Amino acid sequence: MINKYRWWEMLLIYCGITLLLIFLLAPFVEAFVVSLRPIQALRSIPYRFITENMSFDAYHSMWKSVPLLWLYMFNSFMIAAAVTFFALIAVIPAAYAFARFEFKGRDGLLTAFLAINMVSGAVLLIPLYKVMKQLGLLNTYFAMIAPGAAFSIPTGIWLLRSYLLKIPKELEEAAWADGASRLYTLRRVILPIAMPGIVVVAIATFIGAYAQQFLFALTFNSVNELNPLPVGMFQFFGRQTIVWNELMAASLVGILPVLIVYIFLQKYIVAGLTAGAVKE
Amino acid sequence: MAVTARKTDYFPYLLLIPALVVTIIIVAWPVIETVRLSFTDASLKPTENFVGLHNYQRMFARKFPETIMRTFYWMGLSVSLKIILGVAGAALLNSAVPGRNLFRVLVMPPWIVPIAIGVFIWSWMYNGQFGMISGLLQRFGLISEPMEFLAYRQSAFLSTIVTDVWVGTPLVTVYLLAAMQGIRSDLLEAAWVDGAGRFYRFRRITLPLIMPSIATMSLLSAIWTFNSFDIIWILTEGGPRNATTTMIIDTYKTAISRFKYGEGSARAVMIVLFLSLFAGFYFLMISRIAKKEVGND
Repeated sequence: MINKYRWWEMLLIYCGITLLLIFLLAPFVEAFVVSLRPIQALRSIPYRFITENMSFDAYHSMWKSVPLLWLYMFNSFMIAAAVTFFALIAVIPAAYAFARFEFKGRDGLLTAFLAINMVSGAVLLIPLYKVMKQLGLLNTYFAMIAPGAAFSIPTGIWLLRSYLLKIPKELEEAAWADGASRLYTLRRVILPIAMPGIVVVAIATFIGAYAQQFLFALTFNSVNELNPLPVGMFQFFGRQTIVWNELMAASLVGILPVLIVYIFLQKYIVAGLTAGAVKE
Repeated sequence: MAVTARKTDYFPYLLLIPALVVTIIIVAWPVIETVRLSFTDASLKPTENFVGLHNYQRMFARKFPETIMRTFYWMGLSVSLKIILGVAGAALLNSAVPGRNLFRVLVMPPWIVPIAIGVFIWSWMYNGQFGMISGLLQRFGLISEPMEFLAYRQSAFLSTIVTDVWVGTPLVTVYLLAAMQGIRSDLLEAAWVDGAGRFYRFRRITLPLIMPSIATMSLLSAIWTFNSFDIIWILTEGGPRNATTTMIIDTYKTAISRFKYGEGSARAVMIVLFLSLFAGFYFLMISRIAKKEVGND
């Protein structure tokens, strides 16, 4: 068999995988162990992985130190969900237009959208700040949602367009011949068939928006009650003496929901991330 | 096709309106405004005056070329490491060993969790007195005293890279793994029948076939790394003594921390120029790859 390995090949493969996973997962393990250590043991020299009196105390005390933790988590989910919703409203019709119609400037526009991918929000903060101020959106959820949505539109269009290209045109032509309007065709014929693709785009957008909500919130928002998890925790982080075991406990509790979501939806997430890598 | 038979058809343009409106307000207009501001002395004061190229002259008089070099050095190292780890990781996860589905799931978490949270954890690990890395290196006798990784120029530079690689590697790995899985198995089987060894098959079949994916990912990764902000800002804020000040950090410090909008904008314009260069390369490359594929079919 082509896939049969000799024992030393197996050993090498497992060693390699183990090394890679240690690099990628050690921080999480360390964070968990730190969250269990009593605060005095954190300052013990020399460094020891396991210390005495390990307990889950930090998971109780953190609610006093970070009283708004629930709210930060809720805000993070809210912002990421709203980004996904608004991005989809823009992405679905645009991807359909790029996939199905021939119009003047199509290729140029598609290239322009892709070029947006290259610019990050950090570069445009100054004028963005002015826009938000003029629209009166500073210190609102919307100041964190709008930029997130705008910057995830290009990838969304690209992903969904390649999905729509695979749907046979005959379906729309049949609907068209039966006298259905084009908007009706989009809503009743295309949308249901494209649903798997839309789900992939939605999940990829959500994960991206959830992972990258630091910069806009840091710059456009100063109301603590509206902060997403990363910025809420960053204030905690910025204090003179950092209570590391509580910080780690709160971080782990904060990321737990998204890790659970990932475990259930990982097939879709990976599909969304890797679309385009595989030749059709 | 019947749907597009009419001569001037406004329907596709109507479909594009939501995406266009959002993009123009949030991206296109700010880009233009950045260019305009870069020629002014805009700051916190209510008036702004046209100052010509003054901001650009000032910027280049103040070690800006050094910042550009540092940015490219940082990016180059980080992207190379991500690609090397990504290719190796994808090859390992592509091998048919028991448990590989579990391993594939375990690769992603650094990319899934909010970047800032992951960086908090790294910041603890780099801690000199009580941190894990310093502690382990001491245990193995590699260093004799506690090492504050973020306090020295060189180690801070490398530490920010390691964390950036940690965040970026999962995506590169999974992307290249998908490319490897897309290779038709009859190619590999034919080589196997002819007696080609595992390593030979990897070097002569797998690697050349995923080269377009490696090239695409390298360039995309370079663009993302060039734009990387959160990691450096949380770990070092660009310090110590500017050792980790990349162009993005430099722009943020000038514009947001010191309220020099004009000078900050000049820096942002330079970033956009470099990014357009990358974008040009990217489009050239994907059109080349597309042409090649048409030629091969």
